[in-house]
Amino acid sequence: MAEHKLFPDQWVDRYADYLFNYAVVRVSDAELAKDLVQETFVAGLNSAKNFKGNASERTWLISILKRKVIDHYRRSNSKKGKAEVRMNYRSDSQAEGDWMEEQVADPFSRDGDNIMENEELGIAIQECLDKLPKKQAQVFKMKTIQGMDTEDICNELDINPSNLWVMIHRARTSLMGCLNENWF
Amino acid sequence: MKISCEQAADICNRSQYNESKFWERIKLRLHLRLCKTCKNYSTKNAKLTSLCDKAGLCSLSKEDKENMKRNLGERL
Repeated sequence: MAEHKLFPDQWVDRYADYLFNYAVVRVSDAELAKDLVQETFVAGLNSAKNFKGNASERTWLISILKRKVIDHYRRSNSKKGKAEVRMNYRSDSQAEGDWMEEQVADPFSRDGDNIMENEELGIAIQECLDKLPKKQAQVFKMKTIQGMDTEDICNELDINPSNLWVMIHRARTSLMGCLNENWF
Repeated sequence: MKISCEQAADICNRSQYNESKFWERIKLRLHLRLCKTCKNYSTKNAKLTSLCDKAGLCSLSKEDKENMKRNLGERL
């Protein structure tokens, strides 16, 4: 297996969005997720000498981020009153009936499955985007994920609209092929 | 009213971002009835759009990334 190396100067461009998505799903707070990503990069830099090259750069960074997320929950748990369960009948509720039974999780809910599936999908898309030429991926992200106007993207990247649509076309075609096996 | 497959693909792509015109969409519909390859492409393209929506991907703003780079740069 080829030895993996670290290129910290490219981390932000290559992995920031990927790590950010990973964190947002877990802490559901964009600001906090941003901080965790930043902390991950700093921690990565500090322990770069411990990197053995067994895993890819991205896998290694994700494993640091995982620790950061766990640490975050540890911290926030220790601030709370320990093992204290408070449950009130909702006094402000307008809904019919205030029974406790209505406040617990629905055992038949499949929301969890959906969240997991969407997360896997997100990772699959990110991985496919990584395989695209850099410029194509950039244009596709600006258009699809950030929802920017065609005109704004053209100004920022100094390209014309027909260039843009050609790149979008190529990106979309490659993504369809890449996601094809599992998601179509 | 006739359009080429390249034009059809272009309209189809722009439609994914709501940037096609009404008449273009009519022409595209007509083309899709006659052309299986484009029909196939169009279906997959729409599916890709819905997958991207479903994944709920988000990304950091340019400023955020610049900040991160600066912060890392100082430590390099």
